[in-house]
Amino acid sequence: MDTIINAFFNIDIMRQAAPLLLKGAWVTLQLCAVVIILGISGGLALGLLASSKNAAVRLPAFVFIDVFRAIPPLILLILIYAGLPFIGIRVPPFVAVCIAFLLNNSAYFAEIFRSGIKSVARGQTEAARATGLSPAQTQAYVILPQAVRNVLPDLLSNVVEIVKLTSIASVVSLTELLYSANMARAVTYNSSPLVMAALMYLVVLWPLVRVISRFQRGLSISS
Amino acid sequence: MSASQPLPTLEITALEKRFGETQVLRSIDLKVANGELVFVIGPSGSGKSTMLRCCNRLEEPTSGAIHVNGKPMLGITRRDLDRMRLQVGMVFQGFFLYPHLSVLKNVTLAQRKALKRPAAEADARALEMLDKVGLKHKANAMPGELSGGQQQRVAIARALALDPKVMLFDEPTSALDPELVGSVLKVMRDLREGGMTMIVVSHEMQFAREAADRVVFMDGGVIVEQGIPDEIFGNPKSERLRAFLSRVSGEAA
Repeated sequence: MDTIINAFFNIDIMRQAAPLLLKGAWVTLQLCAVVIILGISGGLALGLLASSKNAAVRLPAFVFIDVFRAIPPLILLILIYAGLPFIGIRVPPFVAVCIAFLLNNSAYFAEIFRSGIKSVARGQTEAARATGLSPAQTQAYVILPQAVRNVLPDLLSNVVEIVKLTSIASVVSLTELLYSANMARAVTYNSSPLVMAALMYLVVLWPLVRVISRFQRGLSISS
Repeated sequence: MSASQPLPTLEITALEKRFGETQVLRSIDLKVANGELVFVIGPSGSGKSTMLRCCNRLEEPTSGAIHVNGKPMLGITRRDLDRMRLQVGMVFQGFFLYPHLSVLKNVTLAQRKALKRPAAEADARALEMLDKVGLKHKANAMPGELSGGQQQRVAIARALALDPKVMLFDEPTSALDPELVGSVLKVMRDLREGGMTMIVVSHEMQFAREAADRVVFMDGGVIVEQGIPDEIFGNPKSERLRAFLSRVSGEAA
């Protein structure tokens, strides 16, 4: 028992590692803010394209969505960070992560937005257009608010997935939470900093996960 | 245009509509005068809803022309179509209120965004229209809290708030429980008293008898017969109309 506590829950080591981990957590937080905003914006644009009546617009969007949902984001990230320099494009780790996440997350968010838009009754569009609202106004004021409401739990779930996924940024030496914790582990020969990082994720994400399951329960009762 | 022939509020000329191989409307001609209530009856699949939906181009006509107050609805830019649609109010069988917006916001949205009315003016106009349909006290309710009849009356107020020249009613009471139909018909009767030009597609034959200026009978994508209600219901000329009326009265009995 003592061995386990000593190897994974060593308070002294956690205390030593804390400043480093907090710095890492700060980077993770900034990274999350950027990639979530990028992903939602890209996903919204892509989701609207994928909902288009025009096949010439819709099909490329579908291909993009399918391809980037199928490619593992870690491969994408390493390709961008380590592959692009071979054709003369060198991007800093933070930018590499942002590009990889934009491609991957937009595809996921797009699929969620698309199913949300599809869930809104056709009559809503007709009613809006019949009152002289333009297609863009109809989307903005009538369709999207209902679409987002219908898929809110899925959107939030995806946010949780993205927050966790930002830990792959450690492979391109971005000093986010996991990278910092792993550094502390290497220095102290002890896994407690990793446990501490996991706990930090848990503390932030647990409430969000609770909110989502409450949402989902509420929806299933009302529908 | 001579004085004896004033400009029709709505004019449908040689309207055709095909869905693929199926011809839904053939050569429809219809003029609706200012303040007239034209009631359209016919069996399901006769094309009456399609004709109505062509009037504001929710359905795209295959050929023909539609004019509202002499201005064309077809062959115009999308922007102009949006502007023309403001003059053609539409009420649907399924109401289609915006469920995420309050009753008041349902009635102000197009006023604000399409007509560009200032907020205070749009609110005032919305309350006036809600009062007209007897639902001013529900202005802050959400659509989901209203009965079907109330929702349909809000939908009517939403269309009226844009000051349309003509109102299209596509089976406005067909989705309602029988006890709620009366409240919607009353609003429509009030509208007629107020001089609104209306085209109503509906199965409420009693209402047609009482309120319609003219009844149009459609079958198989054509207008088979039209006339004042007494003629249509009391002295039908075509075999098809007689068959339809006996079928309908059989259902009612």
